[in-house]
Amino acid sequence: MDFYSEKVMQHMRKPKNVGEIKDADGVGKVGNPACGDVMFLYIKVKNDRIADIKFKTMGCGAAIATSSMITELAKGKTLEEALKLSRADVAGSLGGLPPVKMHCSNLAASALHAAIQDYLSKKGVALVAAKRVKKRR
Amino acid sequence: MQGLRRQRPPDLRVKQEVILMKVYLDHAATTPVDPRVLAEMRPFFSQTFGNASSLHSFGREAKEALELARARVAKLISALPDEIIFTSGGTEADNLAVLGGVDSARGKKVVCSAVEHPAVLEPCAELGRRGFERVLLPVDREGIVDMHVAGRARGASLVSVMHANNEVGAIQPIAEIAKFAHDGDAVFHCDAVQSAGKIPVDVRKLGVDLLTLSSHKIYGPKGVGALYLRKGVKLKPIVFGGGHERNLRSGTENVAGIVGFGKACELALREMPRESRQLYSLRDRLLKKLLAIDGAALNGPRGAKRLPNNVNVSFGAIEGEGILLGLDDAGIAVSTGSACSSKKLQPSHVLLAMGRRPEQAHGSVRYTLGRSTTARQIDFTARKTAEVVARLRRMSPFKPGEDLSGVDFGGHHEEYVE
Repeated sequence: MDFYSEKVMQHMRKPKNVGEIKDADGVGKVGNPACGDVMFLYIKVKNDRIADIKFKTMGCGAAIATSSMITELAKGKTLEEALKLSRADVAGSLGGLPPVKMHCSNLAASALHAAIQDYLSKKGVALVAAKRVKKRR
Repeated sequence: MQGLRRQRPPDLRVKQEVILMKVYLDHAATTPVDPRVLAEMRPFFSQTFGNASSLHSFGREAKEALELARARVAKLISALPDEIIFTSGGTEADNLAVLGGVDSARGKKVVCSAVEHPAVLEPCAELGRRGFERVLLPVDREGIVDMHVAGRARGASLVSVMHANNEVGAIQPIAEIAKFAHDGDAVFHCDAVQSAGKIPVDVRKLGVDLLTLSSHKIYGPKGVGALYLRKGVKLKPIVFGGGHERNLRSGTENVAGIVGFGKACELALREMPRESRQLYSLRDRLLKKLLAIDGAALNGPRGAKRLPNNVNVSFGAIEGEGILLGLDDAGIAVSTGSACSSKKLQPSHVLLAMGRRPEQAHGSVRYTLGRSTTARQIDFTARKTAEVVARLRRMSPFKPGEDLSGVDFGGHHEEYVE
């Protein structure tokens, strides 16, 4: 098994923005317990910006570190900007992930996109958002 | 003098903070070489370095050491010295047993338990690719081969069942299974890598034809193992060359390693009664403390059906790799059945065979105790585990005990093309 970068270990030891937002504007849930990783991501939106963001994750070191990193990357960004964040951005900001983890535990970007979609669909712009996400991939 | 006086005394307070209590609880993975073993090995690198096949004095000295080691290894399992074949380790011995022990004249069928180590499972799979029928014997919830299904071994050329499981420490009813295999004319192999040196292994009482041992699991060096081959049982080599080890394992013998293995066997045999008593007590102490953690569940049997040094617990709603890394930060070394720590990204096949759900396998942690484990280390480990589990639970979207079967939010196997 490849080892984690120091940055991953830092986020693993002291993850940022852990928790739940009770009155979240959008919630993204991704993963599967049978695969070992599940992430719930909560966002609060103000003036089209991510004003607050929190996560709850069950998973390995990479799953926790990517969750923590995406909250740092997304906080304060406009929805447009946040939708552009990719799995590669998350992995890159963490100084890379072991190759096997790129596929299985790098769920955070998907969770963020799902949370934004959830927010937009509540506002009735689901289709636009869905298309936008597809195009970015 | 002036300069000397000005030197600062060492700051002991700072030093003490640096010294972290290191707790090694992964003895099923490997063990440190016992200093007494190392001392015995030392002369065989540069002084008594001869090739055991050479006729001159250098060779004869090496040969003598080799044969002493062979006798010591044999004694650990109540075998005869000429029933021992040295190999490069447990994996090679397992491969030699399975691939060299089958004989299609006895039937094109090979049988092993579902909880075998990959060193047995994979050569069996290879036989499957070579046209053999391959049968996996299921195990019960404790990981023990169900004798009700032993009928599936009928018509086999070779049956292989491990003595004790490496993950959950379940001890198999080998004598019964061997008897069953022999009723059907099969050769019976037993992987005793985890049990040897921890519980008595007597090849006659077990009734095995072939039995695998590994040096580095019993405080010997890595890279050495042995296959016991009962007199009269036919075995074909899988390595060809100069005809060493009675033509069954060619290649110049690793004399220093084998000498160490022999010493390790001698020590294991001598210290087993005292050591196992201590291990049983420490094992149950750890077990009791870990099971007091909310949502914790034991994997594998209790009492005498379990290896004296193995504890395996699933913690609900969290994942094993996170626990492993958290404990590692505290200086504690353990292992996990989580997919994340396996090269194949699959959760433990042993726990799945025992009927555990994938998420329970992902959340499993194995603690394997050893010769140097103390009660203080056990208490420290239990306390740290509770802390790490609590920390990860605060991060988890689930609660311990929550039923997660069928839960799927997707996104896992999203086309990943970036």
